[in-house]
Amino acid sequence: MKELVVVSGKGGTGKTSMTASLAVLAQRSVLADCDVDAADLHLVLNPKIQEKHIFMSGNEAIIDQDKCTSCGLCEELCRFDAIEFKDGKYVVKDFACEGCKVCVQACPENAIDFPAAHCGEWYSSTTKYGPMTHAALRAGAENSGKLVGTVRVESKKVADAIDQKDLPDWMIIDGPPGIGCSVIASITGVDAVLTVSEPTLSGMHDLERILGLAKHFDIPSYVVINKANLNQEINEKIKQMAKEFSSPVLGEIKYSKLFTQAQSKRMSLIEYAPESEEALEIKKIWKLLNELNPN
Amino acid sequence: MGTGYNMNIVIASGKGGTGKTTLSVSLFKAIKGHVQLLDCDVEAPNCHLFLERPTIDETRVEQQVPVVDADLCTSCGVCDDFCQYNAIVSIAGSEAMVFPELCHSCGGCTRFCPSGAISEKPFDIGSIEHTEIAPNKDFYTGKLNIGLEMASPIIDRLFVHTDDAKTGKNTEYRIIDAPPGTACPFVTTVNQADYVVFITEPTPFGLHDLTLAINTVTELGLPFGVVINRMESTENIVSKYCFENNIDVLLQIENSQYVAECYSRGLSFVDSIPGMEEKLQKVAERILKGSKKA
Repeated sequence: MKELVVVSGKGGTGKTSMTASLAVLAQRSVLADCDVDAADLHLVLNPKIQEKHIFMSGNEAIIDQDKCTSCGLCEELCRFDAIEFKDGKYVVKDFACEGCKVCVQACPENAIDFPAAHCGEWYSSTTKYGPMTHAALRAGAENSGKLVGTVRVESKKVADAIDQKDLPDWMIIDGPPGIGCSVIASITGVDAVLTVSEPTLSGMHDLERILGLAKHFDIPSYVVINKANLNQEINEKIKQMAKEFSSPVLGEIKYSKLFTQAQSKRMSLIEYAPESEEALEIKKIWKLLNELNPN
Repeated sequence: MGTGYNMNIVIASGKGGTGKTTLSVSLFKAIKGHVQLLDCDVEAPNCHLFLERPTIDETRVEQQVPVVDADLCTSCGVCDDFCQYNAIVSIAGSEAMVFPELCHSCGGCTRFCPSGAISEKPFDIGSIEHTEIAPNKDFYTGKLNIGLEMASPIIDRLFVHTDDAKTGKNTEYRIIDAPPGTACPFVTTVNQADYVVFITEPTPFGLHDLTLAINTVTELGLPFGVVINRMESTENIVSKYCFENNIDVLLQIENSQYVAECYSRGLSFVDSIPGMEEKLQKVAERILKGSKKA
């Protein structure tokens, strides 16, 4: 089974829309939504959740007021400004604790507890197009990279549990935006990185960073230019950049309202407008991707 | 200290690509009176692509990381056991090894080493760039070195750097381009806000991610409003949601391929939409009036 991740660098270029259409064209694949900060793939693939799991990562400091003598050492030592003196007592502020443990260790009264932090949830689900693993990070939580890693590991387990003769050709992963640790966690070990770009200054600027990341990890990358007719000059520059990174440009889709119209109907573009120019272009992209990645 | 209002307006969005940076730059250009623009999306800053910067003042940002004295280290392992980030590792027969990229600079290992073998030294994590765009308009951007994960220290430093006490100016508005998502770099940024403007698009993804972002900000008790970008009609799924939840819709911007083409060339709303400058000035005034600052 081959692993494909869809990323972009810049947010809003059409990653999730593309992933949904590819999932439909693949007919059956193992699916994963690694955009754990703001997951959207479920809005068009309509998964049925079979299992829900709590994601715990890191710890949080909590001051036990029964033991605390208000000496103030914790507040003095905290480098993250996470402890304040409020209403006559020392408390850890919401969303501010880094989980470093300095106050816990330093407290002369052992008055600070350090429970594991509930950072989010992940789900094992089924969709019309295959099993799907997805997640949601709690607001303000760190460790999105770890939760992405968990989604990757669990998707592999799903794939391993499938009989060899029924194994789909692809695992398709909806990646997060940016180039930070969540993105890195979503691309390591995959067979192909599909980057969805747009011909804008910001789009080109961020494309360079994401292609650089794929190259750093020695993973073959491919480019799709979405909203392709927005700017001819930058479109050409993107093609030039793709060449420099040895990333084949698989296709170009013109600026189109069909994407949001399909989304409003909770469908991928392929399902919503199968005979449209845009759909034909996506089919061509999928066909090329498969030809370049034979079984 | 100046008499500026220092109205901190954070521009945020749960979903990427809805127009955060475009709106931030547009507000910065439109507002009369003393205004600063802070690009807090330090992993992938983009505001500078919309602005001419004839000169750039760069300040490097450093964070304290441990340094281990080989003569004093006994390989006892206290630092290794303590560190929550695997940034310092004890090695038998040699001094402890430090991984500065993983260090959160908590100071713990330094404090708890029983042999006093650990001290701290500065480690470069990125930079802050400043350009005076006009006599009353200052632009600051934070940049995190590629490969590092911790955005928050640079974001915190940006606010220290742009404080009126430091710059000697009387800032009226501080427009802050926030990082995307709702994880901790976003929270670090939004902790400095007097008001949050969420910009989104009237699509299911746009609405869904907006509700996630609003939850975070509501928990922090911050006032906020919504700008709807790329609308087809003024009654849409986001405007309906805002109406049902008593959320202020500050502005709706029409969906236009022309505006998108201008954006692709680095032009903001102020440059591509007639009358937008006045509209944005009014939005800023409305936000200021509603706050306790004026």
